Amino acid sequence: MEKLWEGSRAIAETIKMCRPKVISAYPITPQTHIVESLSQLAADGDLVAEFINVESEHSAASVVLGASATGARTYTATTSQGLLLMLEVLYNIAGMRLPVVMTCANRAVSAPLSIWNDQQDSFTARDSGWIQLYAEDSQEACDLHLMAYRIAEDKRIMLPVMVCLDGFFISHTFEPVEPFEEENVKQFLPDYQPLHYLTPKNPLTFGSFAEPDKYTEARYIIHRTLEESKMVIRETAEDFKKVFGRGGGDLVEDYFLEDADFAFVAMGSIIGSLKDLVDKLREKGEKVGILKIISFRPFPGKEITTALEGIEKIAVLEKAVSLGSGGILVKEVKESFYGRKKTPQINGFIVGLGGRDIPQDSLENIYREFHQGSGDASFVDLNYELLGGK
Amino acid sequence: MKKNLLAPGHSACAGCGESLAIRLVLNAAGENIIVANATGCSEIFTSNYPLSAWEVPWIHSLFENTAAVASGIEAALKVSGRKSEAKVIAQGGDGGMADIGLQALSGMWERWHDVLSVCYDNEGYMNTGIQRSGLTPLDTKTTTTPPGKFSWGNYRPKKNLPLIAAAHGIPYVAVTTVAYPRDIEEKVQKAIKIEGPKYIQIYSPCPLGWRSEPSQTIEIARLAVETGIYPVYEMINGKITSAKKFSKLKPVEEFLKLQGRFSHLFTKEGGDEEIKKIQKIADDNINQFDMILKDGEELQKE
Amino acid sequence: MELTLGLVAGPGTSRANKTGTWRVERPLFLNIKCVACDLCIMLCPEGIIDSNNERYFADLNYCKGCGICAHECPVKDIMMVKEEK
Repeated sequence: MEKLWEGSRAIAETIKMCRPKVISAYPITPQTHIVESLSQLAADGDLVAEFINVESEHSAASVVLGASATGARTYTATTSQGLLLMLEVLYNIAGMRLPVVMTCANRAVSAPLSIWNDQQDSFTARDSGWIQLYAEDSQEACDLHLMAYRIAEDKRIMLPVMVCLDGFFISHTFEPVEPFEEENVKQFLPDYQPLHYLTPKNPLTFGSFAEPDKYTEARYIIHRTLEESKMVIRETAEDFKKVFGRGGGDLVEDYFLEDADFAFVAMGSIIGSLKDLVDKLREKGEKVGILKIISFRPFPGKEITTALEGIEKIAVLEKAVSLGSGGILVKEVKESFYGRKKTPQINGFIVGLGGRDIPQDSLENIYREFHQGSGDASFVDLNYELLGGK
Repeated sequence: MKKNLLAPGHSACAGCGESLAIRLVLNAAGENIIVANATGCSEIFTSNYPLSAWEVPWIHSLFENTAAVASGIEAALKVSGRKSEAKVIAQGGDGGMADIGLQALSGMWERWHDVLSVCYDNEGYMNTGIQRSGLTPLDTKTTTTPPGKFSWGNYRPKKNLPLIAAAHGIPYVAVTTVAYPRDIEEKVQKAIKIEGPKYIQIYSPCPLGWRSEPSQTIEIARLAVETGIYPVYEMINGKITSAKKFSKLKPVEEFLKLQGRFSHLFTKEGGDEEIKKIQKIADDNINQFDMILKDGEELQKE
Repeated sequence: MELTLGLVAGPGTSRANKTGTWRVERPLFLNIKCVACDLCIMLCPEGIIDSNNERYFADLNYCKGCGICAHECPVKDIMMVKEEK
């Protein structure tokens, strides 16, 4: 039976089902409700785990690093400044091939300080070697967490997974979700069996340094493994569907793309708004569709070009920006089409930074006035009064 | 021969005090340990992949997070019912423990993890080329505190990390030196048996950074104690319970003159005034730790 | 050599690195006045001094020639001598 849970509570209940042994976190809005719920579950004995309240996100990530290397399944969660503080450790976790799973409740980054949602935080970790999955709603966020552990701990992968969900829009919104049945979860996600771990029974050395004759290969292996993880993500999503009877969790997901001549490409909760718009436009007979990117890392270039085959106009919407360069996602989408004889027109739109509302009208304008847009970084709905009229 | 838990073939400099201290700590702690190590000399000279000098399970993650990594190891052992399998040691140099890693270390002490933290104090960032750290003593010449027209070198005395550790209310804090290998052994064995957070700081001369003769590593470490520069003591539950005593302390010049890092104090005009300041630091230590044997008190055998 | 997962290394493998080649002087254990105090064993940074029937010796595969053993020997029973190549 469906439960009406706040997104954070739904995530916490899912993590409980995943049975992590060590959880460590540092409070930061809008991640707090997740770790508060988990603390309560641990305090009530509903979750048998060591919950370590640390003095910084850097230490939160480091605690789960140490615990994971000792053979325990682990969990942490953060956002925004916390993620930036963790960044050094995130690279390290991936390099050491530790299957940590974490949540990023996406939030803007300072300055100026903003507690509100966008995806600039997790985008900074895109080169770290983590798999990054973006959720559209609470249900998908829950499903992706369960899949995240399976993918991370797959012996062919052994890489960390970050599940990204939009702060407030998912973390603080009450939505109906289908809770997991313990029996199904145990079948889908057995206990973690590490390949090797810190123990005097086999005194291995973790975290060696590499000379220039080995470093490139060490990094290449991670890159290659991320490429290979596409197959594992797809397999896991298929298996998830078999066990739980729900879809989702593939690398990308399409919405009315078959006959579309215009497509939106986006990640996260904005997909819900886009679906409403597309439904409205479809009623008027307009051929519009959506490509939702679930896996940002590994980047599903081939899947994107296949799904968008034959579509002439593509609007890539993103809640992030590379200052001094422009949109990030849009460039990667464009790059996927590079070298083809016929390439679609692809424009990038920066939306929803720092919690800026994205009204339906604005989304419809992107569609209606697409031909006017150009380049990678059209900032939508700029208030020119704030810019001195320029 | 007792098995050394730090294997030879590591690439520490000849006469390295830190490599000696690590071997003594590991051998005292025994095989059933897991070590988390900060970035720094000790990590670099022991773990050039695929070679490793460690005979015990060992992990290096980053520079400043060693105590947090150790916290995670301890938590994982505890929750998996593997506590009896290994004791956890978090270790690093003074940069990794007293400076960049102090926050994580403080967090680990405050959360009361059952971890022995060890700081191998060589009074500077030696791995990066002898820069000044928070544990570099007064008037030391380092590459970032060079003496000059307006400078005598490092302008502040060293930070008191053992006292900071004790302020956390942790049950055991000790200071020792490579000059006293049996003292290291005793303190490590005592500490590791105590449940909860423990801190040991070991004076580990660095011939390269201190510009001293490799063969004099032990002598310099011994003189640091015999002059009152580096008192050797124990604090149990926040109270000083023992300190190394002498019938007569030596003047600090005997310690200073063996090291190039203090040579400017002997060559530059006004150096004698600076040496007086250093003597004052030593005298204050001698008073604070009551380092002079009184009638009837016996010299501790080393 | 294939890289291991996460570059995990085996214990004590540093023994493949024979640091004895660094040496310019080596310790000569006279074994005359030795009082078997074991201080040289304890204080060797490499941990490569051992004794056998009260005769002391260093593993010259690894000895870096730091001279601590000779300098600290309480009865001056160890001498540092130039390494001849």
